[in-house]
Amino acid sequence: MRLAEIVTAGVLALLSIYLMWKSTELNVGYIAGEGPGGGAWPFWLSGIMLICTIMIAINWYRQSSPPSRSTEPLLDGYGKRTLVLVGGGLLGFVGLTGIISMYGAMAVFLLYYLRFLGRHTWTLTLILSTAIPIGFFFFFEALMRITLPKGMKFTEPFFNILYSIIY
Amino acid sequence: MEILGLLTDGIMTSLMPINILLILVGVTLGLFIGAMPGLGSVNGVAILLPITFLVPPGSAIIFLAAIYYGAMYGGAISSITLGIPGASTAVATTFDGRPLAMKGRASLALVTAALASFIGGTVSNVLFTVFAPLLAKVALIFGPPEIFALMLLAFATFVGLGGDDIPKTILSICLGLVFAAVGFDEISGAPRLVFFDIPGFLHGINFLVLAIGVYGIGEMIWTIESTRGEITTTEAKMTVKGIVNDSKEGMKRGWKGTAIGSFLGFFVGILPAAGATPGSLMSYGVTKLVAKRPEEFGKGHPGGVAAPEAANNSASTGAMLPMLTLGIPGSPTTAILLGGMVIWGLTPGPRLFTDQPDFVWGLIGSFYISNLFAVIVNLAFIPLFIWMLRMPFTVLAPLIFVLSVVGGYAATQDMHDVWLMLFFGFGAFFLRKLDYPLAPAVLAIVLGPIAEPTLRQSLLLSSGDATIFFTRPIAGPITIIAIILILLPLFKAIRDRSRKASEA
Repeated sequence: MRLAEIVTAGVLALLSIYLMWKSTELNVGYIAGEGPGGGAWPFWLSGIMLICTIMIAINWYRQSSPPSRSTEPLLDGYGKRTLVLVGGGLLGFVGLTGIISMYGAMAVFLLYYLRFLGRHTWTLTLILSTAIPIGFFFFFEALMRITLPKGMKFTEPFFNILYSIIY
Repeated sequence: MEILGLLTDGIMTSLMPINILLILVGVTLGLFIGAMPGLGSVNGVAILLPITFLVPPGSAIIFLAAIYYGAMYGGAISSITLGIPGASTAVATTFDGRPLAMKGRASLALVTAALASFIGGTVSNVLFTVFAPLLAKVALIFGPPEIFALMLLAFATFVGLGGDDIPKTILSICLGLVFAAVGFDEISGAPRLVFFDIPGFLHGINFLVLAIGVYGIGEMIWTIESTRGEITTTEAKMTVKGIVNDSKEGMKRGWKGTAIGSFLGFFVGILPAAGATPGSLMSYGVTKLVAKRPEEFGKGHPGGVAAPEAANNSASTGAMLPMLTLGIPGSPTTAILLGGMVIWGLTPGPRLFTDQPDFVWGLIGSFYISNLFAVIVNLAFIPLFIWMLRMPFTVLAPLIFVLSVVGGYAATQDMHDVWLMLFFGFGAFFLRKLDYPLAPAVLAIVLGPIAEPTLRQSLLLSSGDATIFFTRPIAGPITIIAIILILLPLFKAIRDRSRKASEA
């Protein structure tokens, strides 16, 4: 945890410097008759962020914050596995949206999570991973009139069937 | 009398069939959301905000306020039965609720929590009705320097009253404010902070993207990782006779906690950025302090359940007061409600009471009705909630992830925002592990669009002279209080150091 604390402070310091530099694309000073320039607000806030990261680093050096004293790793084996399996599943869910639609990606994600991470029975997995996307489809498309991404063209026949129920 | 007339009109508005339906659905959803470990009113309001755009603004806010109310009731359920707070506002409920459940008195704890919540809600509603118009009239004389001073006070409360790491809290606030500045500069119209020239940043960063990323994704991954799937449940038996007996016992032993929680919670709730969590913790502490047998607290005393539950309900109404009258949210949930009001074309703040009286009094009326419905629904649904909480976390978690992704997309209907939400979620997970408080960032991204223009207008008014925030009769004291609050941790550190030195 101690190493992660200082690395995170470093990354946030770099982010602060980047934000300060990016803010200078607009005027960061005071313009007579117009007030502070458009870049002033984010520039000075990023400056405060940079000071905060320095204070976090000092606290780390003095070991005055709990993470800076901790000898535990940021992520143990279980944590890494959880992050890879759950986070990876989420990345897959969003990544598949452009291909098999948000509803299709939802079904695949639920199937993956319930069956392979949750180790539930195929019956429960199939019921939930089919019923939930269909429920969402009617809720959003019919009730809320919000269109969620439909993915590539090959998904059209499936949605035509569902749309024929609505209209 | 004028207030009574307006309140009657408000209650009649909230009794319209559509609003009654929304209140019923809202408190029920809120109870479910609040009862879920890892989900609180802030998640419920953030996730369900996009689906309110189809009803009129008055009904939409009534729906969200009902969710907020329901979640305050529901938070206690998992605190008592699982020992895991359903929301941060129910953390203090765990201290005595869980031991009661372990003794086989879960029913007493649940009934006490419900009744204390109802009393807390009712007291705060009366206080709200009496004080809201008064504050609204005072608020009318607020100009840009006063409003900016209030924004400063909101951020200062987080820094001064928060027990978290101060540099991390300030960093979190600044990060939220910088994210709020992404998009276009409102005054010059020039693109600003368009990272890596990605066009998706041109429309700015929606506060929902950050809120769902932090609470829906980051907190959930953190919960899965930190609990390691080891969630235990307790059996809670509910009978009608048992409920009546538990009500009597709960009120007899918990009346002091209920009274303290109701009043203290309301006044802490009003404080910008304080909200229901510190309100409930403070009420628990004070109740224990004045109790005849404080040693019974922490071992299963109904007073230890009544105080935080009355307080978090009372504070949830209290937090609405500065949001509606001054445009300052008292908690992350009201920050999201405030964002919603801006989307619906309403401007929370001094003029809301005069420009939109139907909206405001309809909302206040709905507080009374929501509170009544919430206690009835809560008592009726307690056995069902206990059954739901027995649902494996491996079923609950993917459902929450699906809701988060869909909610993140529905907010702006742009896949860029969904990716950004995931990015924030993963970032929030790591920052959470390293004790970075993230609620200030969510609060700041909502307040940023108010804080920046008022600062710039003020400095334009004063030709760049920052003393404008100190010399005006209202802005001056607020700015000074804000600065004292910001410096408070520094004073504490100096005092502690000198005390240690004298002891040595």
